[in-house]
Amino acid sequence: MRIILSLAALLALSGCGSSDIWGWYVVNPMTASGWTNIKFLVNGMGATILLSVIAASISIVLGLLVALPSLSERRGIRAINRFYVEIVRAVPLLPMLFWVFYGLPIVFKSMGLSIQIDPFWGAIITLALSDSAFTAEIYRAGIQSIAKGQAEAAKTVGLNYFQTMRYVVLPQAIRRILPPLANQFIYIVKMSAFASVIGMQELTRRANELVVTEYRPLEIYSLLIVEYLVLVLIISAGVRWLERKMGSDERG
Amino acid sequence: MTQDAIEMIDVDKWFGDFQVLKGINLNVKPGDRVVICGPSGSGKSTVVRCINRLEAHQKGVIKIGGVVQDGSAAALEAIRSEVGMVFQQFNLFPHLSVMENLVLGPMKARGMTRKDAEERAMKYLERVRIPEQALKRPSQLSGGQQQRVAIARSLCMEPKVMLFDEPTSALDPEMISEVLDVIVELAEEGMTMVVVTHEMGFARKVADQMVFMDEGEIVETGTPEDFFNAPKSERTQAFLKQILQH
Repeated sequence: MRIILSLAALLALSGCGSSDIWGWYVVNPMTASGWTNIKFLVNGMGATILLSVIAASISIVLGLLVALPSLSERRGIRAINRFYVEIVRAVPLLPMLFWVFYGLPIVFKSMGLSIQIDPFWGAIITLALSDSAFTAEIYRAGIQSIAKGQAEAAKTVGLNYFQTMRYVVLPQAIRRILPPLANQFIYIVKMSAFASVIGMQELTRRANELVVTEYRPLEIYSLLIVEYLVLVLIISAGVRWLERKMGSDERG
Repeated sequence: MTQDAIEMIDVDKWFGDFQVLKGINLNVKPGDRVVICGPSGSGKSTVVRCINRLEAHQKGVIKIGGVVQDGSAAALEAIRSEVGMVFQQFNLFPHLSVMENLVLGPMKARGMTRKDAEERAMKYLERVRIPEQALKRPSQLSGGQQQRVAIARSLCMEPKVMLFDEPTSALDPEMISEVLDVIVELAEEGMTMVVVTHEMGFARKVADQMVFMDEGEIVETGTPEDFFNAPKSERTQAFLKQILQH
């Protein structure tokens, strides 16, 4: 963290000279225009965070729903899970985003529905869908790591399927699921940058727009990377804290 | 005529192409204490697991308390309310205290209040002689204590029949007797039970019906006296010779 900050500072300082290559004035907080630009860029942070949090929340629920059939004894039911995971996991995010944003409204229209998809929800649907295949696999692995005998014992004391999941299997699986799930959240934050191409006003979009008017891609994109870096490092610290907390009561 | 607690008629079961059970016939009357023994892989655990439908059989009929086990919800309900099960690996819930392990079934499946469930749990913990461990986690107990908790957990559902699937096979030798003592006591109180075990001394003491299985078949059944002193089948004789040698 310290190294990164000092590197960034060094980069910034080197631009303070009157070199042709560097033009840090575009994001110089000491000048009025630089400060306006910085505010413009950082203002995308809220949208990036909101996008990521909502998409991740949906993905966490959707992933569990997709994972449950994979635990069935019946091949036909397991196939539902395999089908979903294999298809959704195979589609790259950007084409899926285009399909949802430009294609899905046409599907709705053909069904006689007038549902508009704005960039915000288009991005959320895409991120959540795309991520849910991965969270489903995380759930599956976590739940399968709980010995079969646990579910059998729950059955023999009369618990039904949902009670067995709720009181016996999930509480044990959650400790193994949470760290990789939190990891997946970092992935969503980074992938949310794709929302810029359909006009969502988040961090990357703002940087792009400023580059178009200021012609200073190096400085602006450098700042953009630092913005993501700060965001992700904060989440990483949270994930590590979570892992420590989970690990500490792993006993028994 | 009283209703059989467990009735198995010509039960067959396959795992894939492999036939694990071949024409199993078994009747257990209320109060009976049946001990099943046999070499590993003979299908004895599968018999017990079919009785409480942790495994589904493919042919034949299994009745629990007169109810035909066809996989229907009503039939499953009959099993869950009449049959308790103790596993070789205990299968206690590691994330819950001993007390929570015991009250989970009565509260969630039977809708008992916490107070009633805890009272009942303490009663059975005393019966297996570890009431002082109620607030500990299973991992803090010895193997023998864990298995006794597992027995108490089953008893909390107040079953009519108890199934024991090699209850002492995962235990260190010095802990075997504390678990067997508890099972013997239950037997003396008249609990109907089916026990899969290699403990022949225990079998001799509690069984009123011995069942010997080999390669998925019931080879021989009989009273303990006949079974141990005058086994009819050669396979039984060979098995007993081996297991009683030391």
